[in-house]
Amino acid sequence: MAIQSSFKNMVLCLFVICIVCSTLLAVVYAVTAAPIQAAAEAKTNAAIAQVVPAFEGAPIEATVEVDGTEYTYYTVSDNSGVAGYAIISSGSGFSGPVQVMVGFYPDGKIYNTSVLSQAETPGLGAKCVEPAFRDQFKEFDPAVKKLSVVKDGGDVNAITASTITSRAFCDALSKAVAAFDAITGAQLPADSVSGATVPEEGQMSETEITSQEVK
Amino acid sequence: MTKFQLITKGLIKENPTFVLLLGMCPTLATTTSAINGMSMGLATLFVLVLSNMAISAIANVIPDKVRIPAYIVVIATFVTLLQFVMQAYTPAIYETLGIFIPLIVVNCIVLGRAEAFANKNSVVDSACDGLGIGLGFTLSLTILGLIREILGSGSAFGFKFLPGDGILCFVLAPGAFMVLGYLIVLFHKVTAKKNK
Repeated sequence: MAIQSSFKNMVLCLFVICIVCSTLLAVVYAVTAAPIQAAAEAKTNAAIAQVVPAFEGAPIEATVEVDGTEYTYYTVSDNSGVAGYAIISSGSGFSGPVQVMVGFYPDGKIYNTSVLSQAETPGLGAKCVEPAFRDQFKEFDPAVKKLSVVKDGGDVNAITASTITSRAFCDALSKAVAAFDAITGAQLPADSVSGATVPEEGQMSETEITSQEVK
Repeated sequence: MTKFQLITKGLIKENPTFVLLLGMCPTLATTTSAINGMSMGLATLFVLVLSNMAISAIANVIPDKVRIPAYIVVIATFVTLLQFVMQAYTPAIYETLGIFIPLIVVNCIVLGRAEAFANKNSVVDSACDGLGIGLGFTLSLTILGLIREILGSGSAFGFKFLPGDGILCFVLAPGAFMVLGYLIVLFHKVTAKKNK
């Protein structure tokens, strides 16, 4: 039935199959590359529109560096000035990074959040994309409430049986808050900023300095 | 065997999940909800039909000793094509299925059908076989996912009918084994009665 398994036949056969397959893949890749990129951009824009208050015009992309990590963020404006910021941040979850876009009012309150990518356990950690979990961050004021799960003494209700994912989410949000402070140049009073963020090395020292000054 | 029999045998007599016990890894891993199970089944169905057809067409020119690598290359190509196309034109579905699609390459049902059926039969018969086995796989995964979703999350196809969380164990790995075990017992009990 099949042709003889000589060395020449085997090499030739696999060679031809691989050539045909890779050509096919190259062609399809070339055809789909543009739509894939367009879909990714549409997704980013949809995510921005979801996490910030109403705005006009196109979001402006920029990056900011906090503690050696670079964050991409988008500034949106309406006719009365800056309407909000959307910051992309991530925390390490149960099975890889949980990437979150966090939207802020200009005054530092969180408007809404959107999960850009995650690979958490379906049915458990993956619930972090659902409104049931994310809605508690709407109108969340990091200056008043603490961004960590209840188990760790914070104000965030964790997803049942997914504390690691919930922690990752809070971590991503805390980093976004830090990035927000960096973007707006910490116009807020120093003590409200340091009290708001979950302990990070940079913020810790700031708190220490303030308390020393008080003494 | 008629074409129709080729298709229906995958549903009961040669059901890949409950009778052949093939592809257990994706079966256990992806059936956390009915939708996930069904999506995985449909994606596998698509690859199975195409790879069965392609392999039955080229089987005669592949030397015996390199047939497995040749089949794997063909299957992986179809899976990658599917991935590109879905990513480009149905990003929403790709988003839900994302992690499951590459898993199809290592699903032994696809390789198993290539080895057991496609390389000995005509292109049309192989397509029917792929369709049948794929449908059987989809059906089994949907049932498995539905039961786990009902018990574990108190919802069906994403529609929540019970408040609270349900028995979380069933969404996790141990629940997958338990439900699968009981389903296999039930399946064999029912089909054994029929045969008498």
